[in-house]
Amino acid sequence: MAISEPVLDEGAVRLTGGRVDLVVVAEMVAPGSRVLDVGSGGGELLDLLATTRQCDARGIELSREGVNAGVARGLAVVQGDADVDLAYYPDDAFDYVILSQTLQATRRPRWVLEQMLRIGRKAIISFPNFGHWRSRLDLLVNGHMPVTENMPIPWYDTPNIHFCTIRDFVELADLVDAKMEKAVALDSSGHRVRFNMPWWVWNLFGEQAVFLLTRKG
Amino acid sequence: MNSTVPQDASPAPLDAESEARADAVARGEADEPHSLVVRFGADRPLKLDAGVLLPDLKIAYQTYGELNAARSNAVLLCHALTGDQHAANINPITGKPGWWDTLVGPGKPIDTRRFFVISSNVLGGCMGTTGPSSVNPATGAPYGLAMPVVTIRDMVNAQAMLVDHLGIEKLFCVAGGSMGGMQVLQWAASYPERVFSALPLATGARHSAQNIAFHEVGRQAVMADPDWRGGRYLEEGVMPSRGLAVARMAAHITYMSDQALHRKFGRRLQNRAMPTFGFDADFQVESYLRHQGEAFVQRFDANSYLYVTRAMDYFDLAADYGGVLANAFRGSKTRFCVVSFTSDWLFPTDESRAIVHALNASGASVSFAEIESDKGHDAFLLEEPELFAITQGFLDAAARAVGLPPTKDA
Repeated sequence: MAISEPVLDEGAVRLTGGRVDLVVVAEMVAPGSRVLDVGSGGGELLDLLATTRQCDARGIELSREGVNAGVARGLAVVQGDADVDLAYYPDDAFDYVILSQTLQATRRPRWVLEQMLRIGRKAIISFPNFGHWRSRLDLLVNGHMPVTENMPIPWYDTPNIHFCTIRDFVELADLVDAKMEKAVALDSSGHRVRFNMPWWVWNLFGEQAVFLLTRKG
Repeated sequence: MNSTVPQDASPAPLDAESEARADAVARGEADEPHSLVVRFGADRPLKLDAGVLLPDLKIAYQTYGELNAARSNAVLLCHALTGDQHAANINPITGKPGWWDTLVGPGKPIDTRRFFVISSNVLGGCMGTTGPSSVNPATGAPYGLAMPVVTIRDMVNAQAMLVDHLGIEKLFCVAGGSMGGMQVLQWAASYPERVFSALPLATGARHSAQNIAFHEVGRQAVMADPDWRGGRYLEEGVMPSRGLAVARMAAHITYMSDQALHRKFGRRLQNRAMPTFGFDADFQVESYLRHQGEAFVQRFDANSYLYVTRAMDYFDLAADYGGVLANAFRGSKTRFCVVSFTSDWLFPTDESRAIVHALNASGASVSFAEIESDKGHDAFLLEEPELFAITQGFLDAAARAVGLPPTKDA
């Protein structure tokens, strides 16, 4: 596709089990930073940050299996619920707070985003874009809630309860007084949508988006 | 924990002969334990939280593995309420494997080929460290209730004297469950620069009202036994075995879970087809508890039970830090791994979560896992593969961080 370019580091992509968005996230993190990964899963991103970015990387994960796997790998992961437990972290405790593919599964996305910007000096959020053309087509033509490769679970079983589009997220970021430092959209084959494309192209062709935010002022 | 149902479990009272034997064994271990012992002279008393000095402190301990040249591979184990220094060797009284034989040993998560493991009997205990059954140097008779009440912090300060004695400045890890977990937290708070990593399991930063209540039931059972004699039973040649056995029976219920009791015993009858319409141990669970009580009094001193339960009751780490638990860990560089078990109702997961929240607030590095298990509070002592994997992973990562070489294969 003419409007996208490939992600460069293929070795890093392999390290994450094909999660291109995690590589994009890791590239946004300055080496040696203190990082909190909210919804750290089995610890793939924590591992990537520790090994390629020499970060002091810690995680919160809801699922017991994910936590136990992460701790058994020697990662600093705590079992917890982002919707509740972020309140216990002090202001400016981390350089970056990351939420990868988890925003849509939180009960209070706005509160979570506000907490991230309080706890971390910077926040990185990646999420599936519900405004992608295939999602729109599914709903328009088939009349079904979209089920894609990245969102394979049907609506009645999915943990994803707060879907949004790239445009929706940009509005939320504005609402919580966040400044957008960087933004990357990835198309369905994991390629970057070129940054000089207008928002509507991103919203249509980006299957996932990654944003780096800071507090305004 | 012995889970087998004895075929012939008699009620708690012991005959005079076995009572005398138990007395002799218990006093023998208190005076001359089957382990290493260090004695601190009258010139090095331990200052207790009760505000008095304890002279002639004696600490009984075991070690496993070898201390490396850099003295950087020492792991201190802290035992639970009725544990002892025999963590990973055959217990001299019971003849059974040590209480943490599951986790400690060659090739096990706390690998004795890699680490120098220290395990000491707590202050107030009855297996050789100074406690109420020890001889009071002032009188030449057992302390009994003349022993000052001790706290978890006193226990930890005594352990610190042992660690000093062994020439170890910084412990690679301090690990323990239940009351042992309380000691781990106290170590991290009192000596943050001496603890590289901490492994508090199935524990809390304070003893809950419910747990204090259970302990009070146990103490009242001991003190209601006419043979307790106001704590002077050793001098008078008797043992409050019935009271102590009842205390153990009640406590043992709290160490298990409803599911585990049901799985092991259900409503099955003990060696009979029909209820006897009497108060024999008709049910297997009754027989099991009576056996637990009876076995316990063979190895544990009644006054010691009063002292160690009291130490747990008094534990409230936040109270020493302005009521804010996070202050206990402020600026700590220690790496923590907190573990709880789903069916533990003595130290439920919320207690661990409170510790984790405090550690998060203090900025400390912490891992926290809740392990699915139906084995109740005692799960930390039992065969729990997930606990082993987590402990192993945590210690491996910490060992890499501190530069300890990988395990030498035997």
